[in-house]
This record gives sequence, C-alpha cells and structure tokens, in this order.
Amino acid sequence: MAVMEYIDAIRLAMKEEMEKDESVFVLGEDVGVKGGVFTTTKGLIEQFGEDRVLDTPLAESAIAGVAIGAAMVGMKPIAEMQYSDFMLPATNQIINEAAKIRYRSNNDWSCPVVVRAPIGGGIFGGLYHSQCPESIFFGTPGLKIVAPFTAYDAKGLLKAAIQDPDPVLFFENKKCYKMIKGDVPLDDYTVPIGKANVLREGADITVIGYSMPLHFCMQAAEELEKEEGITAHILDLRTLQPLDRDSIIEAARKTGKVLIVHEDNKTGGVGAEVAAIISEECLFDLDAPIMRCCSPDVPAMPISPPMEKFYMLSKDKVKEAMRQLAIY
Amino acid sequence: MSENQKLTDVVMPQLAESLVSATIAKWLKQPGEKVEQYEPICEVMTDKVNAEIPSTIDGVMVELIAEEGQNVSVGEIICRMAVAGGAPASAEPTPQTASAVSNVTSAAAAGDQSMRNRYSPAVQTLAAQHGVDLNQIQGTGMGGRITRKDVLAYVEKGGAAPRQPQAPEAAPARAEAPSPFKDLPHADPAVTPEQYIPVQPVSERNSGLHMSESPKIPPIEVERGERETLIDVTPLRNAIATNMRQSVSEIPHAWTMVEVDVTNLVLLRNKLKDEFKRREGYNLTYLAFFLKAVVNAIKDYPIMNSVWAVNKIIVKRDINISLAVGTEDSVMTPVIQRADQKNIAGLAREIEELATKTRQGKLKLEDMQGGTFTVNNTGSFGSILSYPIINYPQAAILTFESIVKRPVVINDMIAVRSMANICLSLDHRILDGVICGRFLQRVKENIEAYTLDTKVY
Repeated sequence: MAVMEYIDAIRLAMKEEMEKDESVFVLGEDVGVKGGVFTTTKGLIEQFGEDRVLDTPLAESAIAGVAIGAAMVGMKPIAEMQYSDFMLPATNQIINEAAKIRYRSNNDWSCPVVVRAPIGGGIFGGLYHSQCPESIFFGTPGLKIVAPFTAYDAKGLLKAAIQDPDPVLFFENKKCYKMIKGDVPLDDYTVPIGKANVLREGADITVIGYSMPLHFCMQAAEELEKEEGITAHILDLRTLQPLDRDSIIEAARKTGKVLIVHEDNKTGGVGAEVAAIISEECLFDLDAPIMRCCSPDVPAMPISPPMEKFYMLSKDKVKEAMRQLAIY
Repeated sequence: MSENQKLTDVVMPQLAESLVSATIAKWLKQPGEKVEQYEPICEVMTDKVNAEIPSTIDGVMVELIAEEGQNVSVGEIICRMAVAGGAPASAEPTPQTASAVSNVTSAAAAGDQSMRNRYSPAVQTLAAQHGVDLNQIQGTGMGGRITRKDVLAYVEKGGAAPRQPQAPEAAPARAEAPSPFKDLPHADPAVTPEQYIPVQPVSERNSGLHMSESPKIPPIEVERGERETLIDVTPLRNAIATNMRQSVSEIPHAWTMVEVDVTNLVLLRNKLKDEFKRREGYNLTYLAFFLKAVVNAIKDYPIMNSVWAVNKIIVKRDINISLAVGTEDSVMTPVIQRADQKNIAGLAREIEELATKTRQGKLKLEDMQGGTFTVNNTGSFGSILSYPIINYPQAAILTFESIVKRPVVINDMIAVRSMANICLSLDHRILDGVICGRFLQRVKENIEAYTLDTKVY
C-alpha cells in the first residue's frame, strides 16, 4: 500500500498490465519519448520499448482505428487521446466499429480496446482542453464508460478496463491528476466495472456524481455536517455505462432527496439518465424533486478566468445546492 | 486598522494547467508597504513555472500569511491587504449565502406555511405505513413542508396511530416493492433476446374491434409440406427478381404493337433452311431475320439504343442485342456484341451459340455484358401478344410473337397470309409514341422487304 497521486495510479495500472500481458500496448500522441503531455505514460517506453509504446501522428481517427483493428486480432491496445476534446474525429471508429463489432459479427469478433481520454476543465485550458464528452458516447450500447474519482479506483478500473473483452472508454479527470491522492495497493487488484461506490454515509440528502466534482461534494458535505448538522450520503457512480441501477436506487431510497452532480453540461447529461432511473423505480420514496447541479449549457469552457469560474462547479456551488435540497 | 480600511484576502492564483499548489519563493512586499494594482507582491515557484504574483488592487500590505518556502494550495490565502477608500472586498460569498439560508429557515419558523399541505410521495408512503395523521406533525421543511425526516422522527417518538401492528409487515413489503413496470420488456435497458422473442406466439386473435373476446373467425388449417411446397430462391432467381422489380419500379413503361406480314420471309426461309443447315450445321431461324430487321431499324433511330441517366440520355453507338433465352426455370439475356456488324447468317450463328450455352449453363460473364436493346422471341412458346418488362437500364424491349396464317385484306381482296405481331415496351422517359411508332414501322418495312432474292451472307 502506498499513497500516490491519481496520475501515478493510472501509470502504475498500465505498467502492471503491460508486464503481465505481452499483448497490452500503448499508443497515442507523444505517449512515447515525451511520456505524454501530462506524464501519464512516462517511463513506459524505456521499460517496454517503442514496439509497445507507439508515438502516433496527430490523427485521433487513426489512433482509434489502429487500436480497434489490433484489438480485433487479439491485441489489447490502450489508445490515448491527448485531451478528450480531440477525441471527436475518432467517434466514428468508436461508435460505429468498436461498439458494434461483437453484435455485428454475431459474436465472432470482439474488440478489447481501452480508449483513455482526460476530461474536465478548470485548468485554464479553454475551449479545446476542457470538455467533458461523456454524453456523446453515453447511451451507445456496446461501449462501457468509466470515470474514476479516487486514485484507488483509477488503478483498479483501468486494470479492469484492460482486461475487459469489450471496448471501454476510460475518462480520467485531468484536474484530479495531481490533486487527488490516496492509498493505492501495489498488488494486482481490479475494481469491477458497473459497480458504484458509497463514498460517505448520511441521512439528509443523497448526492450522486462521478469524477472530479465529487471532490467538491466531499468538501461541502464535511462543512455542512460541521456547520449545520446536515449529513450527506454520497455515491460515486465510477462506471457511467452500464449504470449501477441497484446502487442508485438504494442511495436514492436512503434519504428521498437526491442531488446529481457532474461537470458535463446539464442538458442530456448522465445525470438525466440517473434521474430517470430514480423516477422510474422509486417515486414513492422521493421527498423532494430530483435536483441536478451541473455546468450550464454553454458551447464550451470559456478561457477567461472569471467566465471559467462561472462555468465550473465549485465547492460553494455544490454546497449551496446541497443545502437547498436539505432544507426543502 | 482604521475604520475606512477594508481587509481583502489574496489567494494563491492558478498559474498553469493542472497546477494545484505553488511555493512562495520570496515576498516582495512587507507589511505596511504600499502596493499598486498589478505590482508584484511575491515570487512563486511551481514545477512548471516561476512567476510573480501581481496585486489585484491598490492598497497596503497588512499581513503575510504564507511564509517563504511554504507550499500553498491554489485558492488558499497567502496574505491580507487593506484597501484604501472603503471599496468593498471582492469575494465574500459564504456569509451572504449563509444569511440567505437563515432567512429561509427563519421565514419557515415565522409561520410561512405555504408548503404545509404539500406532501411528497415519501411522506405519504411513510404516513400510510405507520398510520400517521399528518395534521399532527410540525413541518420543518421549506414553507412548513413536512419532510420525510419529520415523519420518521414523529414515528420514532411514538406518535404513530395504534394500528402499528400492521406496519412491520407493510414496511418490508414496501422496501421490496418493485417498479410497477418491472416486468415490461422495456423496463430494463439491458436486454436479453428472450425478452423480445416470445417462445410461443400468442394464439388469441384480435381484430382490434372486439377487444373483449376473440372474434369468430373460422380456423384455417395449413398443413405445410402437403398442401404447399417451399422452394428456395436461388441466386439466379433472386437476380431476376431484383432486376424485374427495379425495372418496373424505376422505368415508366409504355407499350405498343404492330402486325407484320411475314409471308415472303416464310417463303425465303423455307427456300434456304435445308441448304443452310447442311452447309453450316445449325438452323437458319426466323429470329435471325427479325434481328437483322431490328438492328437496321435501330441504325435509323439510334435513340432506341439509349439509357436514361437522370440529367441526360446516353445514346450507345454499338448496337449489342440482348437476346432473351428462356429455360425451364429461368430467363437469361446473353448479348450479341456488335450486332450491327453481322449479316443474317452471322446472327443465326450467334443465336445458336448463345442459346446452346444458355441451356448448358455455360454462359460467361462477358456473354452477359454490354447489352443495349433486348429482343425476345416469345413466338417460340406460342404467344401472340406479350407485354415485356424492359431489361434494365435499356430504353426498350421488343418481342416477336407467333407466326399465324390469317385472312388479310390486300387491295380489297381477301388473302391468306402469314402474320406476326411485334410488341414493344418502352421507357417513356426517353421515348414517346411517335418515335416508337416510326421505329416499329421501320422494323415492319424491313421484315416485309425480305424477298426470295435476299442474301443471308
């Protein structure tokens, strides 16, 4: 067991899987010699060589296409999209090829590819370095989507994603890279895909979220308990697809007041589906309208600092939403 | 600190992407010093950049909170400055919201009861379970609303009605109560084929008019295997079906017919056929004469040899005649290439070869390609009139019907003549009645122009 940063946990997961399985390899823009723009793949080329750590051209559709093709003939590629904002040229390969190949071939072919992509803003990255594209891929049957928040989950879920026989999108939050630290076992463990995790027990409100905003939720929950005696029950979805319906329903029933938090914009986001599941399954347990605290429907993350601040979730925004729900 | 000064906190700014903390290298302003806006107040080091932090206000440095060499998280306070002139400090969100909240709660306490009788599903469920009279409960929620927790607290204090014995039974039942839509196939998006493919089809028939009972329809027994036979569609059958369908649905067909006096042709052929057979080893058929007549007519009316291409009409120079050759279970259209360059004997030879190949199933791809106009000898199976479907994408198809002896009026006298019908289906996008009429007249003239002196070579 060691305390490490979120980014180190991701790197360790790739290193362990590459040591264990010869068919695992990494490809992406600057993942080799440079070790990735965020240093996520640092040291891998020295250990595994350039045959297993491939620097690719600036062509995301090619990265995804090569990875999908390799996966279909038995390799286990980890394709890195430098920023999830750049991932859109690869959408066709991911949605039309990777997601459908098992179904289309009547189970003859499969595509055990992992596509890693950093999401999220608040880093002065502006329009093309800050987006959360979950909702683009969310709702595509055939894809699994994970978005870890803790360092422990980052390692465990990435290993599970690499071992998974089907395509998995791994959305890591770039703001978590250095900010989130935690105990990470050095042994070989996985976190099951499709299982949510209770981060905090509470009786007044239920907060459901994923990725970096949970950091604000946890801080706000602590303050609210200390200052006003409000206790929040916090559920980390961890896997966005398939959603862990049972855990969502259980968490919603716990308090009857549900706040859903995510950084992707509100309309058509993952939160809408979570809210729909709750309204389908536990109407008679609801004590308040299901609320969502998400980013506004702005075309992209602004680069201007005050506007970025306006766009981004924060501890204060989440705390206020939690308080409003608690006193409802 | 004087009365007209307000203190403002300076926090560690975010200097670069993914930066979460920075180290104070050196303080450039000490407490008591005046600071102008944009003037550097300290130097910071990060693992990405070394930078100076500028002041955001005019004022006086009051207190250094972070020490030199200390690592400070982004957003943490590093120093306090005093603003001259009483301009309000920039950010004090927490106290404001806190007061807003206390306003709400105090308003509730002060008797805003607008939400007093709004019961959420959870409250009603709990009240029914525990037999609670909601009028007895003081609501602590917004606008005096009774919350789920209010009901639970009331029950805990023993405020529930005496019919509690039922409650323990009801409570677990509720907790397990599934969604009423649980068993519908669409309730869970994770599908299994069994959900959608019923094992046994529902036997009850319903016309939609009689919802209450099955309508009285006499049972119809179909014994598959005895009363009907299933024939697999062969690739050839499928190709025929596809082509026919495409032709009929895309091409607006029109149809016309003329009758031709072939008496002289019959005489000519009868004169030549035995000798021809002996010399060439194959039959001199009527079709060869017909083909020659058609090809020569196409030469005069080249628009017959064309293809509709939406925004243009493509007229083909080579006249390649597709010949419809029927077998027991199919029809093929092998092609006589460059039919305009062949004489009657040559056409007869081509007809013989292609027909033989077709019946033996020995047609090659090149035998099937490039047709520009189709001719079908429907008379060979006794038809006297037919409405052919155009061989897509050609412009027209022509049939020769049976030769029959009929009384015909010639120069007001009745004569017995050998007559045959010629039918033409045409693509009405390309061709119209007048041009086709003239074309058919030309075919007719050509056929009727055969005399006993006509040479086949």
